[in-house]
Amino acid sequence: MGASTANFRAPGGIHPAYHKDLAAEQPIAEMPLPAMLVVSMSQHLGKPAEPTVKKGDTVLRGQVIGEAAGFISAAVHAPTSGTVKLVAAVATAAGPRATAITIVPDGEDTWVEGITPCPGWQTLDKKAIAEKIAAAGITGMGGAGFPTHVKVSPPPEAEIDTLILNGAECEPYLTADYRLMIEHAARIWEGALIIAKALEATTIRVAIEDNKPQAIAAMQDAIPAEAKDAQVVVLKTEYPQGAEKQQIFAITGREVPCGGLPLNVGIVVENVGTTLAVWEAVVNGLPLTERVTTVTGGPIATPGNVKARLGTSYADLVEFCGGTSGTISKIISGGPMMGFAQPDLACGTTKTTSGLLLLGPDAVQAYESMPCISCGRCVGVCPMKLMPNELSQFLEAEDYETAEAYNVMDCIECGCCAFECPAHRPLVQHMRRGKAQVMLIRRKQAS
Amino acid sequence: MTPILTTALTIGGAGLACGGLLALAAKFLAVKEDPRIEEINGILPGANCGGCGYAGCAAYAEAVLLKGAPINLCAPGGAEVLGHLADITGETAKVAEHKVAVVLCGGDVSHAPRKFDYNGVADCRAAHATGGGDKSCSFGCLGYASCSHACPVGAIEMVNGIAKVHRDLCISCGSCIRTCPRHLIKMVPYARTIHVMCSSKDKGPAVKKACKVGCIGCTICTKLAENESIKMAGFLAVVDYEKDLDSDAVIEKCPGKCIVRI
Repeated sequence: MGASTANFRAPGGIHPAYHKDLAAEQPIAEMPLPAMLVVSMSQHLGKPAEPTVKKGDTVLRGQVIGEAAGFISAAVHAPTSGTVKLVAAVATAAGPRATAITIVPDGEDTWVEGITPCPGWQTLDKKAIAEKIAAAGITGMGGAGFPTHVKVSPPPEAEIDTLILNGAECEPYLTADYRLMIEHAARIWEGALIIAKALEATTIRVAIEDNKPQAIAAMQDAIPAEAKDAQVVVLKTEYPQGAEKQQIFAITGREVPCGGLPLNVGIVVENVGTTLAVWEAVVNGLPLTERVTTVTGGPIATPGNVKARLGTSYADLVEFCGGTSGTISKIISGGPMMGFAQPDLACGTTKTTSGLLLLGPDAVQAYESMPCISCGRCVGVCPMKLMPNELSQFLEAEDYETAEAYNVMDCIECGCCAFECPAHRPLVQHMRRGKAQVMLIRRKQAS
Repeated sequence: MTPILTTALTIGGAGLACGGLLALAAKFLAVKEDPRIEEINGILPGANCGGCGYAGCAAYAEAVLLKGAPINLCAPGGAEVLGHLADITGETAKVAEHKVAVVLCGGDVSHAPRKFDYNGVADCRAAHATGGGDKSCSFGCLGYASCSHACPVGAIEMVNGIAKVHRDLCISCGSCIRTCPRHLIKMVPYARTIHVMCSSKDKGPAVKKACKVGCIGCTICTKLAENESIKMAGFLAVVDYEKDLDSDAVIEKCPGKCIVRI
């Protein structure tokens, strides 16, 4: 099936150095079981899961160890068989603490009973598909971690016509989705058909940036010629083309309304990794217990794309990639633009850990923030057409009301403004804090 | 008539007419305001601290007369302001207990090191949102002075990387309490001088690892303190400020050295 280029161009955007060559040509390597797994109950957006095991219990791979706490939540499964050593609160990659279950693997890796493969998924109705996805605990694997079963069961009044598979991977350094598309294109395509069936969507688009020709070719080959209204759409390489709202605009020209969701314009966007997890969950009946993480950056001896069990500590990932050489100046969980800086390598991987990036002193510069010089560059690069210059000054003055009126809540925290600012102002950091404060004020007013 | 005379008469006439209208409006459309509001506003300290729960001194003055707000809410004004307010309104109320803010963390730079170099926005709330804050202890004072900036009277000083309240300057408005992302600041009676300077809910070993002057939850102080004036809340000793506590033993025997007299 042929490919087309995107018809529209989202506003703003930047061109950071990509450094994808470090890990792009490394095939996905399966990591052996580490000595210990620390499985967080907060691997998704929404309420953390409720632990269902206690210290001393033996668990089997795929067994539910954390139950979804409400609709916007996701179940957590044991990544391998073994013994529960500890149930305690530990710091997550994003900072706040959440309950985590420490499992010592027994090395057998025995699957739990009751795994039911369903190769004939075509006979399932949309409710059954959503249930299978919920049971497998799948969340968005691009970074935000929105529970997938919520996305595939839109309210009845929303008419979804298009499913977009997000393979843009616009974050510098990261290549996990790229490798998945090259190595598992056919499965991703079948996963897309499953999600499209659940959504009753008739149009499928696979969005890939034009710096990934191999992935484009692989996905094109995977889409059969008789497939109706399915196509690879080649996006211009630009950050943040992988952001949902920008991608929807680039492909369809539709604009998600202020404060709205893609389903308001009849679209659902799923990451390619999530789509593969859906395929595993529905066709093979397997819950989400592992993911591919790009381990990369200057100090890493052999950067690569590692398939590791959820809860594998960052230190174990680094060791699997040959350890480090030289000084490490920064550790980032995720990509360099939107990832979370880490104090150490103690954290464990979650369903959203797309990358682990170590930067040496040559790649890290500390800047002194200076007053705004009103050049307007941040306004030019903002993909949400906001005014970060004005907003940051309102937020510095703690004027949250005005910031809200200037739509601070529409900020997607992509970091383009801070990247571009010649005065090195921490613009996106102001936005993040501002958004949290506005949410607090809104919650207070509601109660 | 010369043009200059025409202009002068027109402008002058319009001015007179408008002036007359304004004079009439001032007389007939006047909003009658209780003169006591202005009087009370003059008595209040004028710090606009918001400690009374109203938007500022003027709003509180109005609330006292029109909404029946209690007259003893102005903590900075104390007994003097209360006396004036009682004279004006004819109401009586007890002087509210003199309270001062205290930052319940003693882990300064020499006791609790930094986990990483933070170079974001110099604000505690921003630092707290970045990887849980750069302080080794995830409950302790971050030291980016958000409370100090919020204090209307400059009563909070940053000493060795942690916030210290000057008790005699504090007007107990509570602005700092609302700012601290770690909820370390408590309003306590002025007479109570012994505090557990730690807010870590972690277990002993974790506290010890993070800070040299943390509460390790040994419970020794709860046994020494008279009439249960120190109680355990999980792994943390907490002073019950309702009860008297004046024992030097608790200070001396605390193995974490976190109970101090201020």
